[in-house]
Amino acid sequence: MSRFNVEVRVTPRPGLLDPQGKAVQHALDSLGYAGVESVRVGKLLALELEADDSAAARAMAEEMCRKLLANPVTEDFRIQVAEVDVVEAE
Amino acid sequence: MRIAVITFPGSNCDHDCYRALKLTDGVTPEFRWHRDTDLGGVDAVLLPGGFSYGDYLRAGAIARLSPIMEAVVDFARDGGPVVGICNGFQVLCESGLLPGALLRNESLRFQSYPVHIRVETTSTPFTSHYRKGQVLRIPIAHGEGNYHAPPEVLAELEGDDRIVFRYSTGDGSLAPEANPNGSAHHIAGIVNEARNVLGMMPHPERAVEELLGSTDGRGLFQSLVHHLSAGATP
Repeated sequence: MSRFNVEVRVTPRPGLLDPQGKAVQHALDSLGYAGVESVRVGKLLALELEADDSAAARAMAEEMCRKLLANPVTEDFRIQVAEVDVVEAE
Repeated sequence: MRIAVITFPGSNCDHDCYRALKLTDGVTPEFRWHRDTDLGGVDAVLLPGGFSYGDYLRAGAIARLSPIMEAVVDFARDGGPVVGICNGFQVLCESGLLPGALLRNESLRFQSYPVHIRVETTSTPFTSHYRKGQVLRIPIAHGEGNYHAPPEVLAELEGDDRIVFRYSTGDGSLAPEANPNGSAHHIAGIVNEARNVLGMMPHPERAVEELLGSTDGRGLFQSLVHHLSAGATP
């Protein structure tokens, strides 16, 4: 078993109205950032977990997304897996 | 008959629901805690409003994993009548008993005031005491009530007469300004395919006494009692 840092990004599906993103865009506009064409607000879930390998860690995270972390009606998810380096004690 | 009100940590309309049921002739309300695993043979179930589990992750997402929800899902699949109000509606969508999802209000504001809703169908266990087209005055209180579903699901809801309530003006027209949250097709409440599970954002339990400014919510509870006492197969 190895330890993995898994990052799950959950974002509103394209085309779905994201009023929060719109509000942030308007706020940026009022700060003078007129060139911002779109803002989408999602969330980042940072998981630490143990799995046999990186593929197993990803599969586990995908299952979690389908069961709980993302709502398939309104949200998409993206998963990034990084193995945690374990420094051997000398 | 006995009707269960489910209390999740963060529910805040459970006592209002209990009282509304108590004021309805023929009903004995009972509380069930989210950790219970058995509904105890009740005749119907009410999922109240509030902020179950602090609305963490998504409104209703954690509540649907409560031990009691397994019993509620079984009860609903067996045809038992289930009503989810506000947060209860969100829980029903998250648990897959109703299609779609409730997004942040278009205005980004928490909306809390009495609205008008139009009764779209009376062929449900929850609306037989109303007239089709009747306009009710019932309060809303939510930040995430913006009903969303894919176009094919909306078409199915329309085609199968499953939209139970729509936000309207006082005279029953569907003006955009009468839609408090941006809901698709002005949807305020829907039923499942078997018509025994109702989800709605407005709070009928807050409109059952003159003192509250409206008694328009009574009909919903009376319809349910009528349905149950008529011995209709649930």
